[in-house]
Amino acid sequence: MRIRLEKRLTPSRIMQVATPIASVLLTMLLGAVIFELIGFDGPDAIWQTFITPIVAPYKWVDVLTKAAPLIIIAQGLSLGNQAKIWNIGAEGQYVIGALAGAGAAFAMPADAPSFIAIPAMIVAGILGGMAWAAIPALLKTRLRVSEVLSTLMFVYIAMQVLNYLIGGPWKDPNGHNFPQTPPFSPTQTLPHVIPGTVIPPGFVIAGVLTLLFWLLTARSVYGFSVRTVGAAPSAARYGGFDASRTVWSTLMISGGMAGLAGILEAMSQLGQINLGFPSGYGFTAIIVSFLGRLHPIGVFLAGLILAVTYVGGQVAQTAVHVPEATAGIFQATMLFFILASDILVRYRLRIVRDPRRTAPVGVPA
Amino acid sequence: MKVEAPPRLELVGVSKSFPGVRANDNVNLKVRPGEVHALLGENGAGKSTLVKMIYGILAPDEGQMLFDGAPMRVHNPRAARRLGIGMVFQHFSLFEALTVLENIALGLDARLSQRELLAEFHKVLDAYQLKLDPRRVVSTLSVGERQRIEIVRALLLNPRLLIMDEPTSVLTPQEVEQLFETLRRLAASGCSILYISHKLHEIVALCDTATILRGGKVVGAADPKRETSRSMAEMMIGGNLKEITKPAARAFGPPKLETQGLSLPKPTEFGVALRDVALCVRAGEIFGVAGVAGNGQNELLAALSGEALATGAEAVILSGEPVGRLSVTERRNLGLCAVPEERHGHAAVSEFSLTDNAALTGRDRMEFVSFGLIDPSKATSYAAEVIGAFTVKATGPGALAGSLSGGNLQKFIMGREILQRPEALVVCQPTWGVDAGAAAAIHQAIVDLAARGSAVLVISQDLDELLTLCDTLAVINLGRLSGPMKVGEASIEEIGLLMGGVHGDPSGTTEMTEHLHAHPA
Repeated sequence: MRIRLEKRLTPSRIMQVATPIASVLLTMLLGAVIFELIGFDGPDAIWQTFITPIVAPYKWVDVLTKAAPLIIIAQGLSLGNQAKIWNIGAEGQYVIGALAGAGAAFAMPADAPSFIAIPAMIVAGILGGMAWAAIPALLKTRLRVSEVLSTLMFVYIAMQVLNYLIGGPWKDPNGHNFPQTPPFSPTQTLPHVIPGTVIPPGFVIAGVLTLLFWLLTARSVYGFSVRTVGAAPSAARYGGFDASRTVWSTLMISGGMAGLAGILEAMSQLGQINLGFPSGYGFTAIIVSFLGRLHPIGVFLAGLILAVTYVGGQVAQTAVHVPEATAGIFQATMLFFILASDILVRYRLRIVRDPRRTAPVGVPA
Repeated sequence: MKVEAPPRLELVGVSKSFPGVRANDNVNLKVRPGEVHALLGENGAGKSTLVKMIYGILAPDEGQMLFDGAPMRVHNPRAARRLGIGMVFQHFSLFEALTVLENIALGLDARLSQRELLAEFHKVLDAYQLKLDPRRVVSTLSVGERQRIEIVRALLLNPRLLIMDEPTSVLTPQEVEQLFETLRRLAASGCSILYISHKLHEIVALCDTATILRGGKVVGAADPKRETSRSMAEMMIGGNLKEITKPAARAFGPPKLETQGLSLPKPTEFGVALRDVALCVRAGEIFGVAGVAGNGQNELLAALSGEALATGAEAVILSGEPVGRLSVTERRNLGLCAVPEERHGHAAVSEFSLTDNAALTGRDRMEFVSFGLIDPSKATSYAAEVIGAFTVKATGPGALAGSLSGGNLQKFIMGREILQRPEALVVCQPTWGVDAGAAAAIHQAIVDLAARGSAVLVISQDLDELLTLCDTLAVINLGRLSGPMKVGEASIEEIGLLMGGVHGDPSGTTEMTEHLHAHPA
């Protein structure tokens, strides 16, 4: 007896949905075992990480606040991933987007009315993220530099730009010498949550974007061109789709989404930009994109799940005293399982008996 | 006949299944020593699966294989080679940037010094009167010469059974004759040859016995010298051959698709540059472009379809309008449609449904799109229309293109273009790897399209196909297109020589070597 992988005639739709769910469940199971083995209360750690944020209403704001940037960034990344254009540098575009939005805020009078200030900052944020993604796009289309490397390297450059600005030209004069920008004025900020609800403004935007991205990928000629470029570049050229235009557009869209998430985070949660601003959403969004199977609705749900692990990781730290890295470990385990289980979409497992040749009874034809 | 000698190869009840298909079903086969044995069947009949099992690439599910009367166990090709089984594949495995001798050294199991190998190499060349320069770089060789490397590689093992998989599909008529000479000499020396083909006249010319496969089963054995091509063909396809019906006397309309001085640089290092291609296809005309693979056919198709832009707009003219600088979509909207050679990943996306593949090229001409959004119901009904009109065997418009057989996918692709009612249609290898039934349907569709007043350009390596289908013929060689010839007036010899171009005959080979070694590798 042995297990054999057999190619499916068509990819399994059930497995496309089942494997992300199984990945989350397996992560919980493996996490419980590992934490138990290294001396923590494993089941409790899992409960606090994965369940408490869902069942405790006072955690909902936190979950939705974390989910918003993850979903916004991951929608953009998923589009690029469908074209097999891998933007690994959303974290950098997120930071530069926030800085560009902040720059717009500092350039305008502090008492400029909200209906001008807020759209101006949001547009600047989107443009900032796009500009940062434009450099890898240029390098890829002109010099065939792999975007996997260039986008990632530009994350570290973005960090240095951040350090320079908040420690130098944009340093808050009243900030007791901390590396941070001055706070945005009241007309330049968004509330934490929409008054009277637990819903942050960024989450509403994430929801609207999810529907737009669904329309874009499922129905539009553009979404079709992106999928075709990813599946078969020669067929895309034959069908009239231009590969380098796709490189540009997907990197612009994913960069713009990361920039949007960055400025929304800055203007609704922090009210300024400081050293702690880069929080890893740009990297976690890569996991969200794959856990959501690059599908806008899936990405929306996956963003919520990853947000739960962020919030739950903090809960588990105080309740079960697990280390700070816990949430990161769970997120990475989830990515591992989703990538590993991908094979089940295209292949099925079959248990076969040892192939036994039929006894050669000489009956020549 | 020597009765006492055991067959060189004997298969008893060999079966092999893949998910969804029984590729070989209870196959019995006997190959005698020194015999040239044809394995005849359409694409998908199970010929390749069968020889892959003999050569140790696949393991049979059931049945027994005997070599010289003893059960053989070949778990891999190396074991098969040790037994004395050699194989020359349809697709060569050669490194373009290495020399002939380096390629041969890489493919050998035994470790020989360069000098020993060279001595062995020349021994084989002398014994079979083959011509091949061991120092030439593979990328400078013609397809026939490349095949000779594979043959020499197999002969160095002193095989007792040589398997040839569709060896002539890429050769000029003259190269085919040379190959047959070599194979006859080899058979005379006692080596058995298992010759896979679907070309009947070759089997009549070369083989002693033929075993015919259909749907994975042996459906008959024949003596090719006594059967007619037609009777073997009918055994092969299991039915009557359909003749294509062509309107006898036809007048052609005004020029629809023209090129003038169309030149394009090589798209990649091993691509072919187009040089000053001029052609003219009139309304109602079927214009054939013959040539050996890799002489610029794909480049010509790309230049016409718009996948590669010409340097000047006037280089490609459609119905009097210069389109050389227009994109694929713009040309398509003006009525210039194309079908490239490679079905999977070029003419169609294997992992997409037929509906999506219908939208790939049909979305604008068939008006699926409004406000940048594709109407899925229109795409689905167009896909269904193509499936119905061209009798494509598929579960429906939702079926993945990759799940269709080659013939059915090709019918779908051809149908998708033809139902768009193009002014001019350019097709490359329309029946490559397609079963005879589907090929006849595709040929008829091409004839019908031309009869309705479209200009059709057929690029093919299959000379028989072009001669039955086309009104006018030109030959492409090294990116140059010959002048047009009327079919029926041109001789096969002349076409063959044009196909061979400068690298068909030995004197021309040296000429080209010198030309290419202007930049020595």
